[in-house]
Amino acid sequence: MTSSAEAAFDAAQSPHFASIDALVSGLDEVGYIASRRIATSLYMAVRLQKPILVEGSAGVGKTELALCTAALLGLPLIRMQCYEGLDESKALYEWKYGKQLLYTQILKDRMGVALADAPDMDAAMDRLHGMGDLFFSEPFLEPRPLMKALQEPAGCVLLIDEIDKSDEAFEAFLLEVLSAYQVSIPELGVLKAETAPIVFLTSNNVRDLGDALKRRCLHLHIPLPDAALEKKIVASRVPGIEGRLTAQLVDFVQSLRGLDLRKSPSISETVDWARALILLNADALDGEVVRDTLNVLLKFEQDIVAVEPQVAELIRQAEA
Amino acid sequence: MQTALEDFFRALRAADVRVSPAEAIDAHRTVDVVGFADRELFRDALCATLAKTADEVTRFEAVFDTFFDRRSDALPPPAAPEGQGDPMEGLPPEAQESDLARMLMAGDGAALAQAMEAAAERAEVSRIRLSTQRARLTRRLLEEMGLSEIERILAAARRLGGPGEAGADRLEAARKALAAQASAYVERQHELYASGSGKRLREEMLARKALNAEGGIDPVDQAMMQALVKRMAKRLADRYSRRRNVAWTGHLDVRRTLRKSMGYGGMPFDIVFKTKKVDKPSIVAICDVSKSVAAAAQFLLTFLYSLNEVVDRLDAFAFSGRMISVNGVLDDHPVDTAIFEVLKQIGFQQTDYGKSLEDFAEQHMDRIDRHTTVIILGDARSNYANPRLDILATIQKRSRAVIWLNPEPESYWSQGDSVMNRYERFCHVAKTCNTLEQLERIIEDVLRTYIPH
Repeated sequence: MTSSAEAAFDAAQSPHFASIDALVSGLDEVGYIASRRIATSLYMAVRLQKPILVEGSAGVGKTELALCTAALLGLPLIRMQCYEGLDESKALYEWKYGKQLLYTQILKDRMGVALADAPDMDAAMDRLHGMGDLFFSEPFLEPRPLMKALQEPAGCVLLIDEIDKSDEAFEAFLLEVLSAYQVSIPELGVLKAETAPIVFLTSNNVRDLGDALKRRCLHLHIPLPDAALEKKIVASRVPGIEGRLTAQLVDFVQSLRGLDLRKSPSISETVDWARALILLNADALDGEVVRDTLNVLLKFEQDIVAVEPQVAELIRQAEA
Repeated sequence: MQTALEDFFRALRAADVRVSPAEAIDAHRTVDVVGFADRELFRDALCATLAKTADEVTRFEAVFDTFFDRRSDALPPPAAPEGQGDPMEGLPPEAQESDLARMLMAGDGAALAQAMEAAAERAEVSRIRLSTQRARLTRRLLEEMGLSEIERILAAARRLGGPGEAGADRLEAARKALAAQASAYVERQHELYASGSGKRLREEMLARKALNAEGGIDPVDQAMMQALVKRMAKRLADRYSRRRNVAWTGHLDVRRTLRKSMGYGGMPFDIVFKTKKVDKPSIVAICDVSKSVAAAAQFLLTFLYSLNEVVDRLDAFAFSGRMISVNGVLDDHPVDTAIFEVLKQIGFQQTDYGKSLEDFAEQHMDRIDRHTTVIILGDARSNYANPRLDILATIQKRSRAVIWLNPEPESYWSQGDSVMNRYERFCHVAKTCNTLEQLERIIEDVLRTYIPH
């Protein structure tokens, strides 16, 4: 067995991964209210040592899941934000050009001394070959997030955020990292992870991901939560909020999602709104407060214009 | 359980959830980890490994529920023996030797279900492909279970008379219940493995259906073909929507290389090559909407409009006697019905290619520049009017490419009033296009020319 498999076995041995229920309550302790399906996916990802691809609309807690997993296991989190044009020199490694340059200059200065007593050209060449070639070697390697994640001796949680924003080519390049937890550097050879990291990829579905990438991952789609789950989430994220207000505001948000809006409010907006209401010392929803804070919940002007006249009606529904 | 999982994968594939061998192996590993005891856990875990999109998750759940549904097991055949005593009472002695008869008379539901599974495997029920196979497979399933024995026993019991009659009646009822159960079983297998394949077969056929067929296209087919065209377009769009920077190997970008080398004291560590951005196609579509070509025109327009992600600019024109721009119509109406609007405006005129080209030259020639691909769809039957070849020659000179799609086969191109052979000289490509399949291939060619190799 390779060392990586043994070490990852340890992560799976953590008491939080003994069963799905243990995992749910473990995540609960670090502030993430997970549905059973989310916990099952995470459990399988750790057990099977596969990356997990998390999809869902913005603000349903995709990134948060990775953060909380790291907190739960006490592992460092390495985060890589994807964007168009991201390439391997920014994601994986780069050579420290400046130092390489200095190295060649030192080499030039020393070369004369070292080769001075060589009787002829052949002997000088032999001696040159005998010297270690350091130009392309690990000390000159500048690790970027992916490589850092592979080098963590105790393992880590690697979050590759918004993979759908990156280019096709980068996606293909990720395949090796994700399936074998190793990278090939042309000048050095293959570097393998000591401990396989727990990898999360998140996607907003800006574009369809390739089948090869999907095949290597477990798939988890996080939907918008139902009212009961959302109430639990708000209560956990906004300590000190009254139960009645929580119920009211969650019901209000749930009914907003039934409307035809450009961007439905997701969990993070609900939580932000709950915090805003606490700051304003509101202890119940009323028309004025809701209208004043609607911009926390809705991010498009036309959505706000569409919802404003219905606020009173929606509050009545939420109270019923 | 291995075979059960394999059958499950097949059912998933039939429902368009892609399960590759690697995923199948993952699924087996998953099952090793979670076991079968907790049904919900088993389902969620398999779902995480096998379904890769939100869409596939829904389909996975539907297949899972049908596949692992064992409701029929709970239906014991109604063979409860009346009163006490031996359930086999009154039946001839050969009944004792038949396993099936004994199970039926005892009402042993679990054993029957097991026997049915085994028989189904022998009868290869899970290979079902078409709904017409259902009756035959039900019959075979029952035969494999040993129905002929039962019939023999029944006949013998009827001959005995007296107590035999009562026993025969009970066996008869049990046999009927069994037949119903077998038919339900086959139905379920059909739903699992074959419900998608009939539709796929039909779509394959439609893709090759002639668009100018006598009597037009069936309205039922019409809807399905529209959906098919949109899917073809989506497939192409997916393939070509990736904005690629294609490196021009060998062309050094001196300015940017020098700029980059500043950081390293003038040493050119980073060599920058010039890249070329792939431009998106801009298309001018000119469609004949006379009766014989209208259907093809409709699908071409649907196709092009569904490509809006990968096409930079699309101008559509329609003509029969005169030519008009149909961009406005297409913007206001859904593509499926827009063609009728167009026909309302210019339909039922005598086709005149020369006049229509004149209209185009006068009003819309500025639409064509060296980036434009011109797609003309028509049968080139101009009712012996002047074809105005000179205008087509101008269009050819100004545009990037002229593609003529003709619904008629090439052998007709010089017959009667067709001037196709004269137009052909001014086209970069002239092709017969009379099925959706051909249409897809040609559009793909157009897209490909915009991606440099």
